[in-house]
Amino acid sequence: MDGDLIAVQDLRVSFASDAGIARVLDGVQCAIRPGEIRGLVGESGCGKTTLARAILGILPPNAARIDSGRVTFGGRNLLDLPEARLAAEVRGREIAYIPQDPSTAFNPVFTIGTQIADLMRWKSPLARTANPPTGRARREADHARVVAMLRQVQLPNPEALLRKYPHEVSGGQRQRLMIAMALLPEPKLVIADEPTTALDVTVQAQILKLLKGLAREHNVAVLFTTHDLGAAYEICDRITVMYAGQEVEEAPVAEFFNRPSHPYTRKLLDSLPSAETGLRGIPGEIPRLIDPPPGCRFNPRCERASAVCLAQRPPPEQAGPGHVVRCHHRLTDAEA
Amino acid sequence: MSAAPILEVRDLRKYFPVRNLWKRRIGWLRALDDVSFTVQPGEILGIVGESGCGKSTLGKTLMGIHTATAGEVMFQGQDIARLRPHESRGLRQHLQYCYQDPGASLDPRWTIRASLHEPLIVHTALKEPEREARVREILAAVGLPETHLDLYPHEISGGQQRRVGLARILTLKPSVVILDEPTSGLDVSVQAVILKLFLSLQEQFGLTYLFVSHDLSVVRMICDRVAVMYLGRVVEIGETSRIFATPRHPYTQSLLAAIPRIGGARVTDTFSLEGEPPSPTNLPSGCRFRTRCPRAQALCAQQDPALRADWPGQAAACHFAE
Repeated sequence: MDGDLIAVQDLRVSFASDAGIARVLDGVQCAIRPGEIRGLVGESGCGKTTLARAILGILPPNAARIDSGRVTFGGRNLLDLPEARLAAEVRGREIAYIPQDPSTAFNPVFTIGTQIADLMRWKSPLARTANPPTGRARREADHARVVAMLRQVQLPNPEALLRKYPHEVSGGQRQRLMIAMALLPEPKLVIADEPTTALDVTVQAQILKLLKGLAREHNVAVLFTTHDLGAAYEICDRITVMYAGQEVEEAPVAEFFNRPSHPYTRKLLDSLPSAETGLRGIPGEIPRLIDPPPGCRFNPRCERASAVCLAQRPPPEQAGPGHVVRCHHRLTDAEA
Repeated sequence: MSAAPILEVRDLRKYFPVRNLWKRRIGWLRALDDVSFTVQPGEILGIVGESGCGKSTLGKTLMGIHTATAGEVMFQGQDIARLRPHESRGLRQHLQYCYQDPGASLDPRWTIRASLHEPLIVHTALKEPEREARVREILAAVGLPETHLDLYPHEISGGQQRRVGLARILTLKPSVVILDEPTSGLDVSVQAVILKLFLSLQEQFGLTYLFVSHDLSVVRMICDRVAVMYLGRVVEIGETSRIFATPRHPYTQSLLAAIPRIGGARVTDTFSLEGEPPSPTNLPSGCRFRTRCPRAQALCAQQDPALRADWPGQAAACHFAE
């Protein structure tokens, strides 16, 4: 669609393993608008991290293969772009990344200041201006930007912090630094891969609040992958659900939680521990992606499944404004 | 709640020495500091708190994996806190510890049958046919077919391995099981199935659980009582419904306020607690929560509040809790 910041079309990715070829992404469609916070939710093994990595072009080169698809961003197909251009123009510049575990993302033998200065040397927005300052003037201008950004992510005493080593700061502070480093190059899209999973619940609330506020302030789109529906509810505008390498439903956040149309989404919401519904899981297990079920991959665990579900993956259908679902037997409003 | 407690913990302490480069002790890490509570037979006591609060140390100290620095743990009329590791072996029949993923502790070169027989060989004098009968009974209870007995761990799925691990713990018919973060790392759809299994096993074998977890929504679902820990202290303990409805301690209040509630007000709009827990090697004076507490006053820095049982079915350690 016109006006999309990034559009993933019919993306298929497979991984080679000892047991065979795992079809990890099976024709995924996903488009994100400028400034939107998009949740990408699903259980482990559903392909949400693979999708994030495919967009960034950091799939493991020896194991992963992109079989088909397009990732359109800024008028080009990122999958066709040579690695050198991807690294110079896109990754860490227009599309930034916030990792799941901030403790392994830093190099332990350099100070935080050194590592951020290194980032600014290559990815500073100043380098993109018409007449960039050079030498000391450039370093001082970048340093001022860094300090201002650390204040924005509410890190106390930025100058002292820059002289510290990564192990000297707490997990929450490291994640704040990661957010600062992602935003410093002024990207258009930030991919946050389970950014709060490694954090405690009180720190998670702080980080989510910060991420949401900064994304709005800088008008940057966020692709927020998570398995935690509560965290997705907190910050997302729209949510895409994936199951076993296929996206099954996409809806605005209120619609997603109040009126889910896909049976898997409904069951996922019912699995959340709550006093009203009690304990309800989903019988069965996630399929092995080496020999996935044909058609809709949810069919072995779905009580609505019929012959057509095994024959063919359901096409995307409109279930409401901005609400797309891929199911042959989607829930009616009364059932949702 | 008038029956004799099955487990009684009194002023339990576990300090770990902090040493410098030359192995000289430069301080103590107070992982557990004067922790006291009782557990009634047949109840599920939840132990919750953030990482570093001492909840796992508590489980391991009760189990005898760590030797307590001070305090008493009364279990079956005997103080088990000061037992040396080899002395506590006899207790393992009755007090079992379940790691985060019990399936991961299966020996990959043993069949499921061999793994399930082993605890019975070590701890009991049962003959082979009796052991086999017990193993089959337990296997059925965790919902696995008997045909799985001859399989190896790699031939069954991760979820089934977890069930075998649980079966292995239950073969000795323990009375108390300490579950250490049993649902972390599980997807929600699987988590509900495993929790239901815990509940049905509890009913079937009359078990008492100590449920150590950081996931408050799970604790709320399955625990009868909850103890909230912060930096080695129990700051609040009481019946689950009361704690969740009317938390008294400011820390419990913040912890509950931090859980995202789908459909409700967004935590990102309302949450106000700042900072992170201080290092357990360098604790603040007085109340440990005062550095982050919105209600802290001068008294909090001077005096460490004790647990006050001022509310029915609920006790909190705070000078100003109402």
